[in-house]
Amino acid sequence: MSDQDAVKIPEGLSGVGGWLDDRFHAAGGVRVLMRKVFPDHWSFMLGEIALWSFVILLLTGTYLALFFVPSMQDVVYHGSYAKLNGITMSQAYESTLRISFDIRGGLLVRQIHHWAANLFMVAIFAHMLRVFFTGAYRKPRELNWLIGLGMLAMGMLEGLFGYSLPDDQLSGAGLRIFGGVLQGIPIVGTYLSFFLFGGQFPGTTVVPRMYILHVFLVPGLILALVTAHLFLMFHQKHTQMPMKGNTEKNVVGAPFFPYFLLKGQAWFFFIFGALVLLSTVAQINPVWMYGPYTPLAISSASQPDWYMGVLEGALRVMPAWEINFLGHTLSLSVLLPAAVPLGIIFTGAGLWPFFEQWATGDKRIHNINDRPRNAPVRTGIGVAAVAFYGILWAEGANDVLADRFQVPLYTITWIARIAMFVVPIGGYFITKRICIGLQRADARIVAHGYESGILRQMPDGEFIEVHTPATEEELAVLDSRVIPTALPSGEETDANGVPAPSSRGLMGKARSIANRAFTEEVEPMEDHGHGHGDGHGEVSGGEHAAVGSGSSEEHDHE
Amino acid sequence: MSSNIARRRRPWAGYAAIAGGLVVAGTLYGVLSSGGTADASAPSQASTSVSQGKSLFETSCASCHGLDAQGTSQAPSLVGAGAAAVDFQMSTGRMPAKEYGAEEDRKPTSFSQKQIYDIAGYVASLGGGPAVPDQQQTSTDGADTALGQQLFSTNCSQCHGFAGAGGALTYGKSAPTLNQSTPAQIYEAMLTGPEAMPVFGDGTVTPSEKRDIIAYVTKTRNEANPGGFSLARTGTVTEGLVAWLGGLGFLVLIAMWLTAKRRSNRVESEQ
Repeated sequence: MSDQDAVKIPEGLSGVGGWLDDRFHAAGGVRVLMRKVFPDHWSFMLGEIALWSFVILLLTGTYLALFFVPSMQDVVYHGSYAKLNGITMSQAYESTLRISFDIRGGLLVRQIHHWAANLFMVAIFAHMLRVFFTGAYRKPRELNWLIGLGMLAMGMLEGLFGYSLPDDQLSGAGLRIFGGVLQGIPIVGTYLSFFLFGGQFPGTTVVPRMYILHVFLVPGLILALVTAHLFLMFHQKHTQMPMKGNTEKNVVGAPFFPYFLLKGQAWFFFIFGALVLLSTVAQINPVWMYGPYTPLAISSASQPDWYMGVLEGALRVMPAWEINFLGHTLSLSVLLPAAVPLGIIFTGAGLWPFFEQWATGDKRIHNINDRPRNAPVRTGIGVAAVAFYGILWAEGANDVLADRFQVPLYTITWIARIAMFVVPIGGYFITKRICIGLQRADARIVAHGYESGILRQMPDGEFIEVHTPATEEELAVLDSRVIPTALPSGEETDANGVPAPSSRGLMGKARSIANRAFTEEVEPMEDHGHGHGDGHGEVSGGEHAAVGSGSSEEHDHE
Repeated sequence: MSSNIARRRRPWAGYAAIAGGLVVAGTLYGVLSSGGTADASAPSQASTSVSQGKSLFETSCASCHGLDAQGTSQAPSLVGAGAAAVDFQMSTGRMPAKEYGAEEDRKPTSFSQKQIYDIAGYVASLGGGPAVPDQQQTSTDGADTALGQQLFSTNCSQCHGFAGAGGALTYGKSAPTLNQSTPAQIYEAMLTGPEAMPVFGDGTVTPSEKRDIIAYVTKTRNEANPGGFSLARTGTVTEGLVAWLGGLGFLVLIAMWLTAKRRSNRVESEQ
């Protein structure tokens, strides 16, 4: 930040800027803002996909709101989709048909809106996985991680309300399940359901109620959270990938103005373009085919939008258990799937940064991201969570999978019932071992360089393979592991035979166990660097140093 | 050395190739797997020969159903099954069965329509059962597709899907797609309730309502998709797949491209 003239303001802008600054005295703040540095990496742009999708959702949603009628009043259809001519339907469904077939650009905008909603959620998940697996949620960014989780929950709710609004057969089935889950809540369930639907399902009030939540309350909350999320990111600065020149104390990248600003805009146009392209070639949510909602009907392959699929899967995987508890019927078959799997995922994700801090005792500030292999426990847990989510998600489509792949439906359900427990546990251990293996591979390259494929015969007849040392850039990446600190374990005692106070008690023991998992070390590599001619013939130290021109020695400190 | 390291420097190239390949494969599969529809009009039931039918029956059907169609331990009696059942089972290729099982799949038939009618005539001559519907009964002229939609969504879509694309049933059975069914076959299926399908007799769904349903099915499957590719008309599962692979996959490639170029004027600031 030493160079005050790093950013040249164009003439045209400086005039306007001067006028504004005379009145608002904002130039100082704006200058800081414009020189803010943003690191570059493709995975840092995933969150932006969600941001720009949200902007596109606001724009297209406003257009749709001009024509959508959020009412469950019955009307007889006489529009241009002749196949449904004469059917009694709600005004919500009728106006959705009108948007699709009669309003200029209506179908395109509807499809952009729906694809953007799907992409919004896809991007949130992808961004969240990136942040998790690189440890970008660590101190000082825990709060922003929690805000992100809040937006994820809001996004799911917003999507549910959104796709339920057209009052078509498919979304009505989803609402029926939603109502059923509400009714399943002990004691207050019936009242909650009556409150939401204004009486018996489906009633005549749920569409207008969801409408105001969908266009006002939930997007307002998301907008507020987006603002907080961006402000915090801006204030705390973005994390950066381990690279040569990147340290915990600096940020290396392009300044906000003009590079990042222009890139962000270009990114917006790319995303908008991709969504319009997708909406032009791929049909989404053809409500005219589903028909208007009637509680009498249901279609096979009735699935919610993808981000609700995990709940659908949880419901499908659950056996039909129902118990009577003190005169109250407890529908475990509905209650458990609705609350437990997503409860585990959200609670686990929310607590994880604090659990990791507690288990590792790591209170340092982290601005450099971890490579996933360098945090095997975290990566293993992440893979386990992805597997758990993914299996339930796939189970939500069990009938489509059964039909497409000609596997019996119940076979899929039973596979899911077992796999949802086995695969996450197996995935954790396998991933952890893979990470440790990759760490060892890195350590080998740091110590010995790359195998060049060139064999050389030494004067004494020995064959060696020439190794090429890694460059400084590569070493900065390969050697970026932050070694977790071991906490005093319960077995260790001080000179007087007293165990460390922090390891006492149930919590202390749990912490010691967790800490051991986090600090499990890569087994020390055989040291090939010294002792030429001792029988293990992979490479010899003398030749290595000669070819590597000494640079490997500097980095050989692990 | 240099090529080795250059490849390491662009790890995204591998991901890009795999993602691109998946998208291409998926698209090709989607395009290639959407089959055509069968020709809808059955030839008229002109002159059927019961004796011809009997000899065809004895060579092609009797090994399972018995010489007098009385049924065996392997296959049911066809006395009273009726001509409509025979026409449905044989014209869709389900009979003669490929193998013994609870459910037979649609396959090309090696019998001519005339031969099928002869066998149907023979089976009908053994006593009773619904007859093959004539042209007028299956004609969709003037049928009410709106009523057809309502009847279809309350009676048919829970197994065959909202657009008749088919769907899975329990214990490995499935409801077939209706995209290849002729009007006569749809009519006969409703009359006779083959395999797991219930019978929709004329008392439940009147002959006129059957025509409405046929009109809805044939109209829906021939209908263009105003929004683009139909994504197999299976609903949200394919939409989610497209959002992840087509939407995110494509944008990740763009993001890699946008960030692949290292700028010379990178600046450094403090945390």
